[in-house]
Amino acid sequence: MRLMIALLALILSAPAFGQSALPPAPWADRQIPDPAQEKEARDLMLTIRCLTCQSQSIADSNASMAGDMRSQIRERIMAGEEPEHIRRWLIERYGDWVSYEPTGDPILWPLWAAPAVLLALGALLLRGRLKRRTR
Amino acid sequence: MDAEMARAQGDSGMRKLFIWLPLALFAVFFGLFASGLLKPDDRVITSKLVGKPLPAFELPAAASDRPGLASGQLATGQPRLLNIFASWCVPCAAEAPQLMALKREGVAIDAIAIRDARPDVDAFLARWGNPYARIGLDARSSVQIALGSSGVPETFVIDGQGRIAYQHIGDIRADDVPMILKRLEEAR
Repeated sequence: MRLMIALLALILSAPAFGQSALPPAPWADRQIPDPAQEKEARDLMLTIRCLTCQSQSIADSNASMAGDMRSQIRERIMAGEEPEHIRRWLIERYGDWVSYEPTGDPILWPLWAAPAVLLALGALLLRGRLKRRTR
Repeated sequence: MDAEMARAQGDSGMRKLFIWLPLALFAVFFGLFASGLLKPDDRVITSKLVGKPLPAFELPAAASDRPGLASGQLATGQPRLLNIFASWCVPCAAEAPQLMALKREGVAIDAIAIRDARPDVDAFLARWGNPYARIGLDARSSVQIALGSSGVPETFVIDGQGRIAYQHIGDIRADDVPMILKRLEEAR
């Protein structure tokens, strides 16, 4: 019984999370009225990494900082800013880390080359097979 | 006939190599994952603005008895600390004694309160002490994002020209104080 009461009290108590008590920023969870602009904002938000819940995009994260970033992105897109400009602005501050979109950096060349290499390998294998069959 | 034999032998040579390929790939991936598991996790995201001028901003006052903060007020010819904190942040309370100690050493400290409200900031400062000259209120983390800061608390060393000389991520522990003083001296 005592355990039950303790568990109930645990459920009813207010959790003391280290989170701000302020409500989310105005455009954190509200869509832009213009669907085309909202799509631009959403596509960008899906490829910007959350600084609090690393491994989530800011579109998926409930962290207050992610909400503030979403709001800022929507406001800037409504003001006519290009999504790629906002991405560059964020990369200037947090580095490539903040963007999920791969860049053309030399370190990523193997990544870009991988599909071509795999296709070539497949073609080679296929050629070998066909040759053997015709023989 | 000879050519046919030679080709067959070449083929089997190739095949022998191919047989080892999966094992080699396994070894490569095994090594990759093992190094990823053994390497300590680094989740600290440093600001890329270190070494660059502060972005321009102007924030209203976050506390009743301190003025707000504008970026221009940080370029005073003398190095200063810019502390990013919040009344709702527990490690910020933990670093308060260290900031008070730095203030006693004569360090000028300004602050930005993230996603905060004036009564909460007042209560926080009344409880943990107020080492700040000015406190700006950043209700939507916009200046925090502009600074490339990824959480609270963080402390920036700002040189006399208003450039970011150093970024300390996390709370300032007692044994960090001499290092912060050294960074301030270097930014002079």
